[in-house]
Amino acid sequence: MTDFTHGALYGGGIITVIMTLVALALWGERKMAARMQSRLGPTLVGPFGLLQPVADVLKLLQKEDIVPDEADRVLFNLAPPLGAIGALAVAAVVPFSASIIGADLDAGVLYLLAIGALGVLPVFIAGWGSNNKFALLGAMRAIAQSVSYEVPLVLAALVPVILTGTMKVSAIVEYQAQHHWLIAWPFFLGVPAFVLFMLAMLAESNRIPFDIPEAESELVAGITTEYTGMKFALFYMAEYLHTLIASAVAAALFLGGWDGPFAPGLHWMAAKTLGLFAFVYWVRWTLLRFRSDQLMALCWRWLVPTGVALVLGAALWVVFVG
Amino acid sequence: MEHPLTQYLPIAVVFGLAGVMAVAIPFLAGVLGPRTRTVMKGEAFEGGNAPMGSARQRFAVKFYVVALLFIVFDIEAVFLYPWAVNFRALGWFGYATMLVFAATLVVGLVYVWKKGALDWES
Repeated sequence: MTDFTHGALYGGGIITVIMTLVALALWGERKMAARMQSRLGPTLVGPFGLLQPVADVLKLLQKEDIVPDEADRVLFNLAPPLGAIGALAVAAVVPFSASIIGADLDAGVLYLLAIGALGVLPVFIAGWGSNNKFALLGAMRAIAQSVSYEVPLVLAALVPVILTGTMKVSAIVEYQAQHHWLIAWPFFLGVPAFVLFMLAMLAESNRIPFDIPEAESELVAGITTEYTGMKFALFYMAEYLHTLIASAVAAALFLGGWDGPFAPGLHWMAAKTLGLFAFVYWVRWTLLRFRSDQLMALCWRWLVPTGVALVLGAALWVVFVG
Repeated sequence: MEHPLTQYLPIAVVFGLAGVMAVAIPFLAGVLGPRTRTVMKGEAFEGGNAPMGSARQRFAVKFYVVALLFIVFDIEAVFLYPWAVNFRALGWFGYATMLVFAATLVVGLVYVWKKGALDWES
């Protein structure tokens, strides 16, 4: 197979799988949330309501697309596609199994973090372009939060890189398959780093308890206030994509990725990813949201020092133990 | 035989397909959706009243401080990554060097903390 066909095949395949997964995840989240609140959730469309996301998309496609008069039309229309592209592009380097990986970059971890961090830009473009006070306030808060939690995220992702000595995502998983999952050994580094990564990931994808940018009780809907129909749906989709792919990255970096007994690698990777994803939504429907000042204090006073200590600790571990 | 850039090919494909999809969806919605513009619909939402003034006003300087802090610590991370990969070869010398570097930044963080830049409400 030539490089080009490989690239096109895997690129197309990954996008298809991820988009299908997001649709199913939407259904799954609604079902789970409903069960937690003693409801049934979607039941009417298709078996067990499984076709609900399809119905949602068809409905949203028929909705009017409103651009406010005062808005900056170009920026306003640019933001939702950019958000979706940025969220999808991260999936290109996620290893789904030993052989299924779009692009096995030598600097894979760097790519994940760099492209993941680009999600800040569409948020600000949307907030500024809407020319709406709620949207701009939401964008400012979202950016302050995202750039702050970027630091612990980067530091937490550095721990597996130090312990395995490579930035290649597949090599990190390979190392864990041969030795131990990083969360199991050295657990005193792996567990805190994993928790730090998950916390920062929740904040990066604006999930409860860190969903201040769109705190609907204060800001209407934050940056999405002025968006209607499919453009709103694209933002919504990007959020799910971000959470799903970040779960996959956490599974690969800390939970051994495709490594596991009895079943093929792909099954393990899918199980770990969806497990983490379900956990994120469990948290979402259980906890309340932080205040803005508490959020920033938590990041800079606790998570950043912890991250620096973890990085130095991991380095010390490697120097002593090997 | 393999050019080092070919490993980026799937990424280009993913970007391309994602771009096509992300542009096609709103375009399709624009074609299929109704278009009934009224003056009220064009107004920015501000709790039901007519919007007062522009949304683009001055905002709190706190956000600026956060951005500055972010730049400092993100650049730290940029230096940490190459170090992390070459770390085994560098050994104790590399560790000591990075310890000094990290200590400088931690001193900076403590200074910022004591100065009250991390107190969101003050």
